[in-house]
Amino acid sequence: MTVTVDPALLADARRERRFFLSLSLPALFIVGLAAILPILWIIRQSFLTTGGEYTVGNYTKVLSSGLTWSALVTTLELSLGTLAICIVLGIPLALALASARPRVANLLMAFVMLPLWTAILVRTYGWLVLLRRDGLINAALTGSGLTAEPLPLVYNFTGTLIGMVHYMLPLFLLPVYAAMRDIDPNLIRASASMGATLGQVIRTVIMPLSAGGIFSGSVIVLIYSIGFFITPAVLGGGKVNPLSTRIERALSTFQDWGSASVLGILLLVLMALIGVMLLAARRLLAQTTVAAAHA
Amino acid sequence: MLEAYPQNRFARIVLWSFAALVMAFLMLPTLVVVPLSFSASSLLEFPPHAYSLRWYENFFSSATWMAALRTSLILGTLTALIAVPFALLACISMNRLGGKTAASIQSVLLTPSVTPGILLAIGLFFVLAAQRLVGTLFGVLVGHVVLAVPVACIVLLPALARFDWNQVQAARSLGANWARAIGGIIVPQLRLSLLSATLMAFLTSLDESVISIFIASGRNSTMPKLMFLSLRDQIDPTIAAISTLWTAIVVVVVVIVALRQKS
Repeated sequence: MTVTVDPALLADARRERRFFLSLSLPALFIVGLAAILPILWIIRQSFLTTGGEYTVGNYTKVLSSGLTWSALVTTLELSLGTLAICIVLGIPLALALASARPRVANLLMAFVMLPLWTAILVRTYGWLVLLRRDGLINAALTGSGLTAEPLPLVYNFTGTLIGMVHYMLPLFLLPVYAAMRDIDPNLIRASASMGATLGQVIRTVIMPLSAGGIFSGSVIVLIYSIGFFITPAVLGGGKVNPLSTRIERALSTFQDWGSASVLGILLLVLMALIGVMLLAARRLLAQTTVAAAHA
Repeated sequence: MLEAYPQNRFARIVLWSFAALVMAFLMLPTLVVVPLSFSASSLLEFPPHAYSLRWYENFFSSATWMAALRTSLILGTLTALIAVPFALLACISMNRLGGKTAASIQSVLLTPSVTPGILLAIGLFFVLAAQRLVGTLFGVLVGHVVLAVPVACIVLLPALARFDWNQVQAARSLGANWARAIGGIIVPQLRLSLLSATLMAFLTSLDESVISIFIASGRNSTMPKLMFLSLRDQIDPTIAAISTLWTAIVVVVVVIVALRQKS
């Protein structure tokens, strides 16, 4: 059976589709102008001298510098360190919250989200107040006699890591908590009735069922921490230099646009590599979950 | 969830003590600045020996801070006023088109939220430098709008998915033009989501620091830029006062949004 459609109707449908497409144009235009064009411009700038001539000199200069490679290592150490601590702190917290009664859990979640609603510079300031040599934590430690000398807690790697974990943890917690909340409690009752211990239930029921949430949380943490700037710049005190602070220094202190762009491109490449690895990991995760479901 | 294990009291106590410590870690830096902001001393004493409002006076009587506050409020308002209509139109478009087209529009619109701020900042710096627009309010505004559009989309997309499109078709068949259909039907019905989107866009701009640090300058410095610069030099309890005010305002806004959505 052939259906003949009135060409006028088809033209109408096409016109309507074009109209709906045109509604996204303002938003697409601003994203193109202020996000995509700037990224392309970084690529262009990385091949230009200060005078505006074509060169690959920026690349040879940046890639042959030891500072660049140590910045790359610092970036990875900070991101992976932040992720590891978020997993260790976040999963038990999510488990506790998911096992609480809904009213209690909602109230506690509001408190957990408080840092998310606090401006990043306010939090950074809070950490400075807490962690400095004359800060509250050191005052408490020396005052109680736990340590004779104040500990170096800030303007170094430790302080940066503390600040970054504090920023990322709520972002990690949200998807993990949501995944755990969605677990059917009957599954746990069933496991308990068949004699599974609490440890076994956590290992074989709760963790596999929240793997998706843990994965999303980890992706968020990695994506955000790889280019993180404010925390290393303030809490690192100039001694912790991931790619982001190197970029800022190249641009603001040395007016070296070429080097800043090459460092920016390194950051882009790193993001792309992590993106590819995460996609592969997700595929692997999906396969093992399916395999486990069939086993 | 774990009520099937009433006998594991010890495990529960360990789990909850750990959770309490982590929650304390999360709340500590926000809360610690509050008593400091009321301290009479310029030293970091905790708890303060004497209380005063001198750091609040300091803030409100400083021309530099007041100019930054003004800039930030103007930027936040303009950002919300531009980003939310753009996002609403784009969400209507994605909602109607569906399928692969909508998915590709969405992935383009979400790019700014997954791109590191430092890359957007230096890229925008280069683009604006070519037009001699570095240091202008316009330059920072463009950067803030592009960050606020994805935020507003995330709020509005699910709201539109719940919206019954037949109402718009009814209005159209009765002769309403598109502007009337959107303004008279979609906007009033989505007003709560639009309010949340507006506040989120405003807060996105208010809290944005990296683009401001690179693009804003002099008279056009924003609050986060000024805070960043003063944190690098020294710790002044004026910042504790600012932090307390800021957090109080944000908490009030968030509570209002949460309560309105519940009712």
